[in-house]
Amino acid sequence: METLNQRIAQAIHHQPQPTVTVLSSLLAVEDALGYIPVEAVEQVAALTHATVNDVWAVASFYPNFRFQPPCPHQVEICWGPSCHLKGASGVIAAVLDALGMAGEGDTPDGGLTLRYNTCLGACAQAPVTAFDHHLAGRMTPEQARARVQELLGQPGGENRHAR
Amino acid sequence: MPASFPELQAEAQRRWQELTAGSQPWIRVGAALCGKAAGSDAVVAALNNSLERHGVKATVSEVGCFGLCYAEPLVDVQLPGGPRVFYGNVTPEMADEIVASHVAGGQPAPALALGSLGDGPSGISSINQLPMKAKEVRIALRNAGTIDPSDIHQYIATGGYSALHKGLTQMTAADVLEQVNVSGLRGRGGAAFPTGNKWRFLAGSKAPVKYILCNCEEGDPGAFNDKGILESDPFTVVEGITLAGYATGASHGYIFIRHGHEGPVRRAQQAVRQAYDLGLLGKNILGSSFSFEMEVAFTGDSYVAGEETALMEAIEGKRSMPRFRPPFPAQSGLFAKPTNINNVKTMAYVPEVVARGGQWFAGIGHDKSTGTAILCLSGAVQYTGMVEVPLGITLKEVIYDVAGGIPSGKKLKLLQTGGPLGGVLGADKLDLKLDFDLLRAAGAILGSGGIIAADEDACVVDLTRAIIAFCQYESCGKCFPCRMGMSHLLEVLERICRLEGGPEDLALMRNIGENMQAGSLCGHGQLGFNPVSSALRYFGPEFDAHIKEHRCPTGRCREPRFSPSRSRR
Ligand SMILES: Cc1cc2nc3c(=O)[nH]c(=O)nc-3n(C[C@H](O)[C@H](O)[C@H](O)COP(=O)(O)O)c2cc1C
Ligand code: FES
Repeated sequence: METLNQRIAQAIHHQPQPTVTVLSSLLAVEDALGYIPVEAVEQVAALTHATVNDVWAVASFYPNFRFQPPCPHQVEICWGPSCHLKGASGVIAAVLDALGMAGEGDTPDGGLTLRYNTCLGACAQAPVTAFDHHLAGRMTPEQARARVQELLGQPGGENRHAR
Repeated sequence: MPASFPELQAEAQRRWQELTAGSQPWIRVGAALCGKAAGSDAVVAALNNSLERHGVKATVSEVGCFGLCYAEPLVDVQLPGGPRVFYGNVTPEMADEIVASHVAGGQPAPALALGSLGDGPSGISSINQLPMKAKEVRIALRNAGTIDPSDIHQYIATGGYSALHKGLTQMTAADVLEQVNVSGLRGRGGAAFPTGNKWRFLAGSKAPVKYILCNCEEGDPGAFNDKGILESDPFTVVEGITLAGYATGASHGYIFIRHGHEGPVRRAQQAVRQAYDLGLLGKNILGSSFSFEMEVAFTGDSYVAGEETALMEAIEGKRSMPRFRPPFPAQSGLFAKPTNINNVKTMAYVPEVVARGGQWFAGIGHDKSTGTAILCLSGAVQYTGMVEVPLGITLKEVIYDVAGGIPSGKKLKLLQTGGPLGGVLGADKLDLKLDFDLLRAAGAILGSGGIIAADEDACVVDLTRAIIAFCQYESCGKCFPCRMGMSHLLEVLERICRLEGGPEDLALMRNIGENMQAGSLCGHGQLGFNPVSSALRYFGPEFDAHIKEHRCPTGRCREPRFSPSRSRR
């Protein structure tokens, strides 16, 4: 079993692109682990000759980084204007209700992460939602509720950034 | 020793011939973001399943966006040597029917078909008669939905890289730059700055390391054409950047994409790798003395990362916050080296401009807005999608002809154009022509080409609040007039939506807007009041109803509102 530190090293020392930076290294860790553990901040600082402070500054700026291990499922709902006009609020309300939550975040049991997205890039199919990174357009509140309940009953999905 | 260009072309032609007129039918499935969102994965699986059950062999390719996003999943079947026949809104069950009748049985299914394309009898009318296709002039999108975006040979077979070959063998760098100049091509990333002028700044620098950046941050909600181009034809972008490198004497190129948009990222990475494999990137391209390196770089989620200097910060691995100018990027940009930056669409035009000449491009369009507009149509229109139409047609033609008008017998209320820093236009402005300067004068911008239509059910105050909520969330925080101003504007708009606003709120918002404009380093703060000012310009009475009569004429403001809990500060 690889240790966490080994997995981080594996991710940041084998970046395919020539330009290696604090941000590219953090993204590589996020890809590999789904989150940024403290150990990664230290390793990225060492690799890029930056301070731990510099690395935290970058990690805390971009909202796609998280600092706890990922939940097995993720739902992203677009609240961009195309989706807003086509009823995204209703989809969000239904999903929040199904999850018993008041806003974005992880469910209390750590089973699912809900995120709002500024645009999932399929505006022509608005309103758009991504369930475990699979896009679904023309979403209705009822469908969204059903899909979320289905996800909660399933074992973990892939931990991956795809939209 | 890599093959010569004529050898590459011959090999590509041979493969294309085999694909389109060989022994097997070719089935293309739209699998860009729009296709995926409509369920293309299930359709591809159903097609493969069905082919196996019927015992027929066919090539199934996932292609990009043909433009008809409303009809996704879009499938087209081409029997060897025959025309392409398109089927829209394909379900897994329909996929089975299409395989049974068309692929296995050799008979197109006219009842299911949308249209056909290409020579040969199909008994089905041309797809170019569809409203969304009839006005199209495809330059940047010439291959979108037609070639497999994972195979550079298909791009070469359809004319790709002949512009770079022509440039490197028959033209000097100055000649290439001159053609771009003559074309009148203006940047498609928002500011519509003449591309040739920009390139000349960079060409003027004799530094040994110079960068060309291609901006695919595309944070504008409602715009998906940059991602759409990279997912459909990444090669034309890579060739365009390479030509820009040649024209300006640059040494390195970067394609910059938001991390997580896996489709465009994968296609761009493949296109760069394949170009290296064929000697179209790297040292001594096509045997010439020109060498150019290229890679794909990422940002995290950040709208302001699309601003040119913030983008350079992000490539350097920092927070995407804009820099002071001067120095301008052409003097000191990425890693303090001279740098030029262009949008994906701008780059995607370049190969055709070089291949056909600047005069040809300048002959399309309107006045100082040459060429085409690549529009993303979404919201309350019949046909949503991505179209490329000549600049100079009117908004009325776009909405009522191309996009088929407003569904359910509703009336058009407004168009939101140019992204979150753009503005809204009232429905009485539809005689405006698609033209960078005319739209700007009307208080909106063409920007990146996103056009969001809203019908009479939409509340302009609610929509403005949603857009400012975006701008607030995305303010990078560097300049406090933008950081505080956006938060304050949002607070005021939320108050007006709750019907608790007062008459003083309009002056307050104007005051905030002026401060943002005067005190912000980049367009986010400088232009961030546009959504409010344009809404006030066209829909003053609707604001008055909320403020003076404490009522929302559409009732939309009563609905719950959601915004992200996390800001980036
Ligand atoms: C806040 C902000 C966000 C921007 N986002 C983008 C973007 O996502 N894509 C883009 O091409 N240009 C964007 N721009 C414009 C760029 O700064 C730059 O003008 C453009 O990439 C230049 O390319 P062009 O000359 O080909 O238009 C943005 C500007 C601002 C102020
Ligand atoms: S606005 Fe929702 S996908 Fe673009």
